[in-house]
Order: sequence, then C-alpha cells, then structure tokens
Amino acid sequence: MSRRWIILKRNLLNFWHAFRRNRMGLFGAFLVFSALFVAFFAPFLSPYQPNETIRDANGRGLTFAPPSVHPPLGTDDAGRDIWSQLVYGARISLAVGFLAGFIAMFIGSTLGILAGYFGSWIDNLLMRTTDILLVIPDLPLMLILVATLRRLELHISPIVILVLVIGLLYWTTTARLIRSQVLSLKERQFVARSRAIGAGYFHIIRKHIVPQILPLVVANTVLIISVAILIESGLAFLGLGDPTRPSWGTMLNFAFDRNAISNGAWWVYLPPGLAIVWVSLGCVLLGNVLEEMLNPRLTSHHLEGEALMVARRPIEPSTQEKP
Amino acid sequence: MQTPAGMPSPVSRLVGLAEPQQTPLLSVRHLSTDFVSLDKTKKGGEVAHALEDVSFDVYPHQTLGLVGESGCGKTTTLMSVMRLLPAAGRIIAGEVLLDGVDLLGLSEREMRRYRWKELAMIFQGAMNALNPVIPVGDQIREPILLHELMDRQDADRRVDELLDLVGIAKSRKNLYPHQYSGGMRQRAMIAMALACQPRLLFADEPTTALDVMIQAQVLDLLKHIQAELGLAIVLVTHDLGVIAEVCDSVVVMYGGVVAEYGPIDAVYNAPRHPYTQLLLEAFPDLNRPAETLASIPGTPPRLNDLPPGCRFGPRCPQCSEHCSQKKPELVEVTGTAIRQPSFLQHHWAACHLLAGVAGPAALKVSD
Repeated sequence: MSRRWIILKRNLLNFWHAFRRNRMGLFGAFLVFSALFVAFFAPFLSPYQPNETIRDANGRGLTFAPPSVHPPLGTDDAGRDIWSQLVYGARISLAVGFLAGFIAMFIGSTLGILAGYFGSWIDNLLMRTTDILLVIPDLPLMLILVATLRRLELHISPIVILVLVIGLLYWTTTARLIRSQVLSLKERQFVARSRAIGAGYFHIIRKHIVPQILPLVVANTVLIISVAILIESGLAFLGLGDPTRPSWGTMLNFAFDRNAISNGAWWVYLPPGLAIVWVSLGCVLLGNVLEEMLNPRLTSHHLEGEALMVARRPIEPSTQEKP
Repeated sequence: MQTPAGMPSPVSRLVGLAEPQQTPLLSVRHLSTDFVSLDKTKKGGEVAHALEDVSFDVYPHQTLGLVGESGCGKTTTLMSVMRLLPAAGRIIAGEVLLDGVDLLGLSEREMRRYRWKELAMIFQGAMNALNPVIPVGDQIREPILLHELMDRQDADRRVDELLDLVGIAKSRKNLYPHQYSGGMRQRAMIAMALACQPRLLFADEPTTALDVMIQAQVLDLLKHIQAELGLAIVLVTHDLGVIAEVCDSVVVMYGGVVAEYGPIDAVYNAPRHPYTQLLLEAFPDLNRPAETLASIPGTPPRLNDLPPGCRFGPRCPQCSEHCSQKKPELVEVTGTAIRQPSFLQHHWAACHLLAGVAGPAALKVSD
C-alpha cells in the first residue's frame, strides 16, 4: 500500500511539474480556484449579510451608492452591499455549476460507454434519445421545465430544481463524445487481448475503457461546469433563480428589473457579469489544458524513468517531455 | 466420439512404424468461417468465405506452423478457435475439439473460462495488445487474478517468476508499455500468455516487426518455454524459415483453405501441392545465393469473389479444366487408403493432381 502511495505521489508531482509550465492552464486554475476560495470562505470575506440594507448616518437606505461612497463595490437599489452579494452569490453559482456538471458528466459518460461498448440496439436506443434531446433548443426547454417544476410546489428549493434540470438535460454532448472514444477504443487490440484473457465486459470497461477515457471525462467535466454556470446565470437572469439566495445571475436579474442600467449604476451589473466571465473562462482554459496534460504518453520516454542507466543523474522536470 | 489418432492405424502397423500413443490436444475439423458485410443497403449483405473446411490437429509438446500469404486465413483460424472473431465473423460449420470438448458449442460464459486458462495467445504486434496506460506488470497479473484463486501478493510473485522466465528484470514491471523496447514488449506478451499455464499457445506472428536478432531471441524463448512447460504451440507466420526451425508439422494455407498439411520434413522436402512447391522455390537458398528468386504470378483470390474450382487454380501453372470446376479435397499424398488417419504422421494435400485416395470420410466430423 505504501508503494502505491509513493507512485501516486510521484505521478501527481510529475503532473504538477508539467502543469506548472503551462501558463494558460495555470491562469485558468487560478481563476477557478480563487472563485472556489471566495465561495468557501464567504462569511469571512464579506463585511455584511448579502440581504442586509445598509443605512447612512440618518438611517436611510443607501440606494445605488457608487463604490466611491460605499467601498468596495457600492450598493444596489435596496441598499445592499454588492461585494457581499457577489461573495455569497459565488456559492450558489458554483454549487449549481459543479453539481449540475457532475450529474451531466456521470449520466453522459455512463450512457456513452454503454452505447459505444455494446452497440446494436442499446446504441440505437441511447443515441436516438440523445438526438431528440440535442435537437430541442436547450434554453427554452429548460425554461419551461424549471418554470413548470416551480409551479408544482414540490417544496424543493429552486436551486435544486436548477441543478437537476441542467444536469439531466446537459449530458448529450458528453455522451456523444465518450461514445465515439469508446467506439474506437473497443476495437483496439488490447481490448481483444483482454477478451482473449477471458475477461467479461464489466472487467474490460472498468480496467481498459474507463481509465483511457478518464482524462477526457475530467477535461470535459470542467468544460461542462462552465456551461452549467452560464446556463444557470441565464435562467436566473430570466427570473428563475432563488430570490432569497441570489446567485450572480439573480443579481443581474435584479439589476435589470430595478433599472440599475437606466440609473447608470454600472457597479450593480458589471461585477456579477465579470464574475461569470471569470469562472467560465477559468474553466475553459483549465479544461483545455487538462485534456492535453492527462495523456500518459506525453510525460515520459522509455529511455528514462527508473531504468538501470549508465550514468545516473537526477532527471530535470524540463527533460520529462518528448521534444 | 471418434478420435482420429486414437489407436494405431493399420498402415503404421503394416509399415512397422511405432505410432505415438497420443491423442491430439486440439482437433479442428471442417472449420468454415464467413465474414458478412454489415452493409444493409445490399440485400442479405455480402459474404466473404474466409475459411472453408479447415482441419488440423495439435498434439501436446508439439509445434504446428500455419503458413501462407497475408489474408489467407491464418489469423482468422486462430480467432475462430478462440471465438474472438470481429462482429462480422460467423463460424458456419465445423467443430473445434479441445480434449474432446467442442469449444464452438460452449456458452460465452463457459468459453471465457477456457480462454487463457487452456488456450493463450500471443498477439500480432505486442505494442497494440498491451494497454498503454497500465503498467506491464499489472497487465500480466490481469489474467492471473481473473482465473486463479490467488491474492495479489501471490499473483505478484507469479508475475515476478514469469518475467524472470522471459528474461525481463523484475524492477521493470512497473513501467508502461511505451517504456519497453519492441523485443521486451513481445517477451512481456509471452509472459502474459504463460500466466495461467495454458496447455495450448497460439503465437500469431510473434516475430513480425522485430529485427532478426530479436526474432531469434523470441523464437529461442518459445522453444525453451515449450521444452520447460511442455505446451503445444500453434505458430502463425509467413516466414518459411521460422517454420522450418521451430515447427514439427505445418499447415500451408491458401485463400482460406488448407493446401497442404503434414510433418515438416515431408512438406519441405517433398511438397505435393503446386502452391507449396512454388512457395518453397520463392524462398532464398543459402547454398545458391546468386540465383534469382522465383515468384508466383498473380494475387491471392478475393474472398468474396472466389473461383468456382480450386482456389489456387488461376495462379497454378498446372491448372486444368477439371481444376477450375471442382474443388479439390484434402487427400493423403502417399496414396494409401487409411481408415484411421492420424494427422500426426501423414502428409495431406488438396490438389486434383493427387486425386483419388483416402476420401474425406477420414476426416468426418464426429457424430
């Protein structure tokens, strides 16, 4: 067991060494992790409660106070601190994005593997379902679903409804992507060899298919999270968020509804908009770079490693990559 | 059930040969495999007869060579026996008896237990047969954990022994396939094939894509392992020299049928089928290095557009009217009628020039 840990640690270190030199990935990771950090430590980073009205010396609500009056980001129409809302909004936006992304990734890769590996009628059934979901425009469908579910008064938080609707509808591209990979993988000779060994389909999928598509799944998940955050913002902007727990999209909705734009209160709508760009850009950069990185064949060459070399010298991280 | 080599044949009793009291480990009888094109636009799909009426025996401790041009059905034969044909492949006739058990009649679940435990395989091109993202040692351990009631430590110990047997340092078992050289990968593949101590080993072009030195190493290793473990080997190759060096008997295949089959000495010294004769003439002779090599004009038949008679007919210099109409059957070449034929000693060929002896009844499918 300890040997496994050492290998794992070494692999992670190698990964980090390679990742470190990729500026785009590093920048993406910074964007994503800073947002996660803010969301996690929200209570310590916000001076006010997000729905608390700030009053001036006379006890009147401080509405549409610019950042110069009420630093750091001013207040909105109800006199609430924008920065605190932004910090707490990160929790909702990121939670919806990550949960929906994971659900979509799980459904998408499971169905993709099943369709790709077993083929025939299973493939047909799953892919036709995917086709149907693909040709229905996402946003109107989600709008209708979310609106309908909310009217049913199921006593579920609107946020959970958002997570489920996005997660259960957004797996189609993942399923297609994974299926195409599995289709090519299952024809590879090591799969034939594994069948020759006497392995069943579960063993082959677990040992030979899943590890090979895992990098793709990880990278794709990060990308899907960004899309989920964008969709959540869109739906919340259209008024389908939880008004008691505003996400960034809900903040934009408030700003739009309550004439922040015509009042020239840019500090009300610009910060949440930029925050959405911040996180989704981070996810896209990170996802693209992860996809490149998580390929074991790019990290070392057969003349390196723990071989019995003539001259043993420590291997610099910079020599780890093939030219 | 009838075993063709079960008892001494009358011939050997007459000639005074001591017929080895051996039953074949694997008997392939009249194996026919089609490839059906899955193109649904054509009615019924297009059918390629990849194998027709292939029969041979494999005996314990012996090596059988399968030789022929590319696309003549060598690998398809192995894959049919292992029942690992691609989706388009259909075994349409014949039987494959391993110790009297018809492998073609087993359920998929039962067949899984036979694979690797009884029949292991060295694949064409070891790089592709190894999963690039799993360390080699773990891949060798895979069949052990699947088939044997063994915990990880014991399985790891077995992996060490196997690597030792094929001459790979134990310290390299945690490396990935791309960190191995070509010859090492092939040896790792052999180690994997031996993991469950199979009785029969299929080696599908184990030396292709390796240079001559490594080829020699791999062949030596196979011979060494056979001597040590006493398994039967079926070696597929298109290298006649390799066959001559390693095999006890040889099946010459042409266009999906058996052209000639017999002990290696008989086939090489007195080939009876025109294809074998031409094939051997096309092989360079060390004693006469300056001679221009002969070649066989033409190309192998397309399997979806076969000539009606002998499949070799269009390229055969001795082809007659009769040949292009009727398919030749596999006959015993010495011309003796045999009631209990043994594939161990007799020399067979499928050619009308040898017509008229030892009917196909000799090779009848049991029951």
